[in-house]
Amino acid sequence: MALYPETIFRLMGDRGLLLEFGDEISPEVNEKVRRMTLAIQAGAIEGIVEIVPTYRSLLILYNPLILSIDDLKKRLERIEKGLQQTPFPEPKLTRIPVLYGGSYGPDLEEVAKYHQISPEEAIRIHCSKPYFIYMIGFMPGFPYMGELPEGLITPRLKTPRLSVPTGSVAIAQRQTGIYPMESPGGWQIIGRTPVKMFDPEKDPPALLQMGDFVQFYQIGEMEFDSWKE
Amino acid sequence: MERIEAFEVLEPGILTTVQDLGRYGFSQFGVPPSGALDTFSFRVGNLLVGNQEEEASLETTIMGLKLKALREVVIAITGGDLFPTLNGESLEMWRTHLLVEGDVVTFKKIRSGCRAYLTLNGGFILPKIMGSRSTYLSGRFGGFQGRALKRGDILYTLDRPPSLSKLGLRFPSDWIPPFEKEVILRVIPGPQNHHFTEKGFQTFFSSAYQVTPRCDRMGVRLEGPKIERRPDVEESIISEGLISGAIQVPGDGKPIIILTELVTGGYTKIATVISTDLTKVAQLKPGNQVRFEPISIEKAHLLLKEQEERLKEFKKFIERR
Repeated sequence: MALYPETIFRLMGDRGLLLEFGDEISPEVNEKVRRMTLAIQAGAIEGIVEIVPTYRSLLILYNPLILSIDDLKKRLERIEKGLQQTPFPEPKLTRIPVLYGGSYGPDLEEVAKYHQISPEEAIRIHCSKPYFIYMIGFMPGFPYMGELPEGLITPRLKTPRLSVPTGSVAIAQRQTGIYPMESPGGWQIIGRTPVKMFDPEKDPPALLQMGDFVQFYQIGEMEFDSWKE
Repeated sequence: MERIEAFEVLEPGILTTVQDLGRYGFSQFGVPPSGALDTFSFRVGNLLVGNQEEEASLETTIMGLKLKALREVVIAITGGDLFPTLNGESLEMWRTHLLVEGDVVTFKKIRSGCRAYLTLNGGFILPKIMGSRSTYLSGRFGGFQGRALKRGDILYTLDRPPSLSKLGLRFPSDWIPPFEKEVILRVIPGPQNHHFTEKGFQTFFSSAYQVTPRCDRMGVRLEGPKIERRPDVEESIISEGLISGAIQVPGDGKPIIILTELVTGGYTKIATVISTDLTKVAQLKPGNQVRFEPISIEKAHLLLKEQEERLKEFKKFIERR
C-alpha cells in the first residue's frame, strides 16, 4: 500500500495539522503532497500560517483564533476532492556540476570500496540518471533526492562529521543531497558543487524546488575554480 | 528611512540576538521560522513601548548583556528575570523607562527564567530578510548580520524623538508569568502517539524530566526515564515538518522539545506542547524540572483565546494613553 485510500489527519499540538498521504517514499505519494500544497496555496485560506511539504506528508500551521480545526479539516477535504482539476507544472531539470573525490569528496574511495567498484565507476553511476527532488528540508535549500541506482546505495557514516563544507554532494541509503551551507552531517560526501544552492536575498531563495529533477555531471578542478569566480 | 544610533553593545552576554515573531512562508525551501521563543513576553514588551507587537527586539539569554544608550530612548524589559540594572541600580521589569545618552543597562545574573526581551520605542532598524528581522543562527542570516551580537556592535533606531506618552506604564503584575524551576507543560498527544506503548505513555505522564545543558534555540533535551516504544515500529519515521513544542523521542527514549530553528525531522513525536505553554518552555534552563500533562485541543484553544483577549485588553489600555 503506497497511497492511503483515505488521507490520515494527525494533530501536531493546537496549531499544527499533519496530513499523511502514504507510508513510503515514492513519486506517487510525493505527487499527492505537491498537488495538495499547490491547491492549498492557490486557495489562500485565511488562518493558514505555513505549509511544510515533505516526502509523504504535509504539515499545516494554522491560527486557531481565525480558523477552527473543524473548518480547516472541511476545507482540506473539499480541496482534496477537487485535486485532479488543479493545474500541475511540468518538472524542471537542473544540471549540477560536481568535482568528485579528493579533498572535495573525502568518502568517494570508501563508497567505491564498499561496492567493490572503482571511484570512476561510482562517479559514472551517480551521474547516470536524473534524480527526483522529494523535498527541501533539514536546512535551507537542502534537496532530498532519489533514488540512487542499486549499485550506489550506501549507509550513513557511523559517526557524523561536525562540519561538512558548503556545496558538498553526498549520499545516504537511497538518497542523494547537497549541503547548501556548512553544517554537521552524517551523509557520505563524494564531491562538491561550485553552484550556490541557497541565497537569502533571492526570490525564491533556494535554487531547487521539490518536484523537479537534478542531473549531476562531472567537472575538473579548473572548471570548478572558474565557476567559483 | 532615516536611522540613528541607539545603543552600543559593551558586552554581548551569553547569547543576544535580534528577533521578531518569525519568518513564515519559506518552509518549503527548508527555512525554519526562527523568532522570539517566548512570544508572550516579547509581544508585551513591544506593546509597552508603543510598538507594533511584532517589532524587532533583542532576546538575551542567561546573563551578561551590557548596552550603552547613545541617545534618549524609551525601553522595556520583559521575559525571564536576568536582574537588569540601569547604571548599577536595579531596573524594574515589565514597565517602560526613559534612558538618556550614556546610560548603561546590564543584565547581571539569572534570577528566574532564561531569556529576557529588550524592546525599544521605534524598534531596531535592520533589513528584513524573507519578510522578517529574526536571526536564524545556524542559517547565518536575518537579524543583525545573521549572527549573535558582539562587543562594539552599534544598534540603530528610527531617527525621531522617542514617544514619551507610554513612560511609566506597567504590565499588570498578576498577568506576569511566574517562570518557575518546576513546570507542568500541557501537551496534546501525537502525531506519532501510535508508536508508543501504554507503558510508554504512563512513563511520559508520570515522570519528572530534567533539563540538560544541551538546550538552545533548536530544542531542549531532557533527561529522565526512558519512554517505551512499540516493538513493531521503527525508531525513525520518514522526515516530516516540525513546529515549536513538538516532543521528539529518539532512539534513546529521552524526550527533546523542539524549538523554532528547526523545520523538518525524522524522529517520532509522542506529543506537542500547547501554544500557551511555549512561554514556559522558552524560559527553561539546565537543571529545571518538567512534567507533562495531557489536555484536549478544545481546552488548549480556549486557553489561547483567554491569553489573546488579555493581550487585546492590555493593548486597548495602552492605546488610550
